[in-house]
Amino acid sequence: MSKVKRRNGFLVSLIIPVIFVVLWWVIALRVDNPIVLPYVSQVFALLINPMGELISMGSLLSNVIVSLIRVLVGYILAVLLAIPMGILMGYYSSIHDLFNNFLGIFRPIPPLAWVPLVLAWFGVASFATLSGVEDGQLYIWLNNLKISMVFIIFIGALFPVLTSTIYGVRSVNKTLIDSTLVLGANNREIFSKVLIPAAAPSIVNGMRTGLGVAWMCLVSAEMLPGSISGVGYLITHAYTLARTDIVIAGMICIGAVGALLDGVFRLFENRKFKWQSMAR
Amino acid sequence: MQDEVLSINNVSKTFVTEKGLGVCALDNISLSIKENDFICLVGPSGCGKSTLLRIIAGLETAGEGEVLYRGNKILKPGKRRGMVFQEYSLLPWRTVLGNVGLGPELAGEPAVNCRKIAHEYLEMVGLEKFAGSYPYELSGGMRQRVAIARALANDPDILLMDEPFGALDAHTRIILQKELLKICEANRKTIVFVTHSVDEAIYLADRIVVMTSGPGKIKELIDVSISRPRGRGDQSYGKLSARILDMLEEEVTGNSATPLSDQQEELRKEVI
Repeated sequence: MSKVKRRNGFLVSLIIPVIFVVLWWVIALRVDNPIVLPYVSQVFALLINPMGELISMGSLLSNVIVSLIRVLVGYILAVLLAIPMGILMGYYSSIHDLFNNFLGIFRPIPPLAWVPLVLAWFGVASFATLSGVEDGQLYIWLNNLKISMVFIIFIGALFPVLTSTIYGVRSVNKTLIDSTLVLGANNREIFSKVLIPAAAPSIVNGMRTGLGVAWMCLVSAEMLPGSISGVGYLITHAYTLARTDIVIAGMICIGAVGALLDGVFRLFENRKFKWQSMAR
Repeated sequence: MQDEVLSINNVSKTFVTEKGLGVCALDNISLSIKENDFICLVGPSGCGKSTLLRIIAGLETAGEGEVLYRGNKILKPGKRRGMVFQEYSLLPWRTVLGNVGLGPELAGEPAVNCRKIAHEYLEMVGLEKFAGSYPYELSGGMRQRVAIARALANDPDILLMDEPFGALDAHTRIILQKELLKICEANRKTIVFVTHSVDEAIYLADRIVVMTSGPGKIKELIDVSISRPRGRGDQSYGKLSARILDMLEEEVTGNSATPLSDQQEELRKEVI
């Protein structure tokens, strides 16, 4: 029964995308101008051949990988800062008071607004400059990792993770802390056995949102000077060559990879945090 | 005295509200509790009985006065004084077994021992079949049984119980009261039990401490000399119950304490 239901659910979820593609197909034929709206077949041809060379920028796949690495580096740095900081801010109200207003001013600033400042600070310096590697394959990879881009992504991912971590720790039921204290727990054990596991669903939820935002910041980050690769750059470069089909293929890739990462997080959440939706 | 386990000496506690007003929750409480005593604190809501229990546990500090545990001043929570809360005290991401084994785990016991101890105490409360279940899969009564097993698995000297059956339906409550007495027979402990149910206090306690509200003071200490098992239909049971209820009613209607004390309870929660 549930298997049939699940299969039906899957079929239902396909209806809108199919209608969408059909509409695109029909409208593209009517418009008959691939610069305004490319044909489905054109974009499809690009997508089924992700290894093919495009407008002398390497393949679609290699650009996606470059982008993914940038996002992950900025994102991981943000997570490494936001989680410990959020836990401390959530638990100690003095630390919360110390930072909250200060961070409150930075929070509403869109990551894109940082661009001029970030360029002035870092210019086209990359992780290759930073680490002093000057040749070889490693140089090519590190040189693609511009500090400015990583910074923009970092800023984008930081606040969702921080906010959710603070919220998660703050909303831990006090009785859980009290009842663990009376069993003989010390402060460190309160963090490791109560606060962190109790806040984990909220933290992971923030990490999921943060990854989404990081991925969204990518295109603006890759429009910065000094960029010569990545899907974001691919899109802007294809636009200047009037290759709308590549623009759309790039957009689909960004969407698909983002949805995939989100899905992985959701899967993890459903498995690990079943207690949260069931409790209370 | 040698067998005095807890001595509460002139304890007062005032909570300060956000507006800077002081609200007196406990006023000059003194009480001596002996080895293996079963003490029930009863009183109108907001009389500070939970606050007193939290001070004994070490979760809160006394404003004035002190509480001595075997001669030592209580400054912070310790595993010798176990506590059972009204509800929501089990870690929801841990199985029943993981919850009961938490005390030994914190004491640094190897995992095998923790499981062994946890199984032993789960058997005592009749829940060994639910070792692998999560708290959300259990009924309210079962959860409280687990909470009791968890407190006992830590082998405390004193068991502090803060309205542990307060959120349960009447029937489950009576069953758990019986079970608690049975467990206590097998496993003698000093127990301080907070309740607002007079019936519960008479059924369980050796001594009942009746408290007044706003500020919380001890109104009367009553030795319950009815032999166990106590029948709720007994004449002496009914008489005692009527007497205590009269006292409490006096408290509630005799002065304007009730609205104030409700407010106090709110304040207490806010302050915590």
